[in-house]
Amino acid sequence: MIDIKGLEKAFEGHQVLKGINEHIEKGEKVAVIGPSGSGKSTFLRCLNLLEQPTGGTITFEGVDITDPKNDINRLRARMGMVFQQFNLFPHLSVRENIKLAPVKLKLMTKSEADQKALELLERVGLPDKADAYPKQLSGGQQQRIAIARALAMNPDVMLFDEPTSALDPEMVGEVLEIMKELADDGMTMVVVTHEMGFARSVATRVLFMDEGVIAEQNTPEEFFAHPQNPRLKEFLSKVL
Amino acid sequence: MEKFWADFVEKFNMAFITGDRWKLYLQGMGTTLELTVTALVIGVFLGIVVAVVRVAHDQQNPGKHNPALGIANAICKLYTTVIRGTPMLVQLLIWGFVIFKTSRNRFLVGMLGLGINSGAYVAEIVRGGLMSVDAGQSEAGRSLGLGYLHTMIYIVIPQAFKNILPALGNEFIVLFKDTSLVSSIGAAEILYYAEAVGAKTYEYMFPYIGIAVMYLLFCILFTWLQGKLERRLRQSDRH
Repeated sequence: MIDIKGLEKAFEGHQVLKGINEHIEKGEKVAVIGPSGSGKSTFLRCLNLLEQPTGGTITFEGVDITDPKNDINRLRARMGMVFQQFNLFPHLSVRENIKLAPVKLKLMTKSEADQKALELLERVGLPDKADAYPKQLSGGQQQRIAIARALAMNPDVMLFDEPTSALDPEMVGEVLEIMKELADDGMTMVVVTHEMGFARSVATRVLFMDEGVIAEQNTPEEFFAHPQNPRLKEFLSKVL
Repeated sequence: MEKFWADFVEKFNMAFITGDRWKLYLQGMGTTLELTVTALVIGVFLGIVVAVVRVAHDQQNPGKHNPALGIANAICKLYTTVIRGTPMLVQLLIWGFVIFKTSRNRFLVGMLGLGINSGAYVAEIVRGGLMSVDAGQSEAGRSLGLGYLHTMIYIVIPQAFKNILPALGNEFIVLFKDTSLVSSIGAAEILYYAEAVGAKTYEYMFPYIGIAVMYLLFCILFTWLQGKLERRLRQSDRH
């Protein structure tokens, strides 16, 4: 589904990603972990071109998204993204947050989008918040709405950029629960996370990034039980 | 002393009462307000266009340069530099006596001159407002598949608007006072009438002080309205 070849990204001479080759299959749930500054968020943000790669190619469903000739907006519409800081639109109600993109991109009529919004709110457990504004909601609720907003586009893959890192500890569980349900429904997911429990129980594959490369990857069982890379061993000893 | 008062009353009558001259001042103030509002509409429109072009240009991905946007950006930069680097009075004189020297409609020429001047300042206000919106907002919009313009129109500009409203209110007040300059090209706003009355009666004190008081009262009113609006906006922040 996503094929990454020789992906590089440099910021003003500083090489953050140093040639990443990776293939993500439909239905996979890939957890990306690693120390801060290892490039894991940059890697994720390159997948929908929020960061413009400085080298290599990314092919999504057979289309090279790094080729400027391809319409990135249409490709992004099929890739949902959830941010660390939620990034809900504060001037719009929850319902309008969810409806905005499907309606403006003419994928749904207003009433279809309304229907969809209510369905999704039901799914993330917030059916009574349709007319609330983001600021009236807790962080956990905002992130669940952000997930609903991304799902409204019926994406083929969901990208999560540290979705629980900005949350109070007691709210982490509710967001992870929604993500787990999403995974159980068969959604393809790439999740940059510090939640080792989530990586272990939900992911089908875990990547360890260090200094701009994928230093190790494995099934979650093997990954956590028998790490090989010395940096990974050190990392796991600190976080587990 | 008695003579002083008699003189005072006579001059006052000459300035405001004789021949219903007070109506001229009101008519002039009406024109002044019309000029202010229409020039601000032009200014805001120009300002938004210029600001969006400049921000869009600066936010292009490195290595991806749209040549049309480059040209538009250069024009916008030239516009703001020239307008902000020359006195408004000189600009108005050029509009009135060089570019549109044969035009009879001095109101329209004045409105255009003021609006084009205001646009350059509004552009900087709007640009600051657009840049004050968190980058995560446009990233969220773009990640949903919305294009640059859609993201600007539905996500960034509405949020920027709240931030720029106080500065825009200020611009309105500045513009209101600056309309007095268009009397120099013969647009019949309030200063124009005050000067006409003064020229007829050879007495300038009451006409000038009279309109100064009128300007002041309107400015106090606008400032009060602006404060009210700001408090209202802050309230809706708390949602």
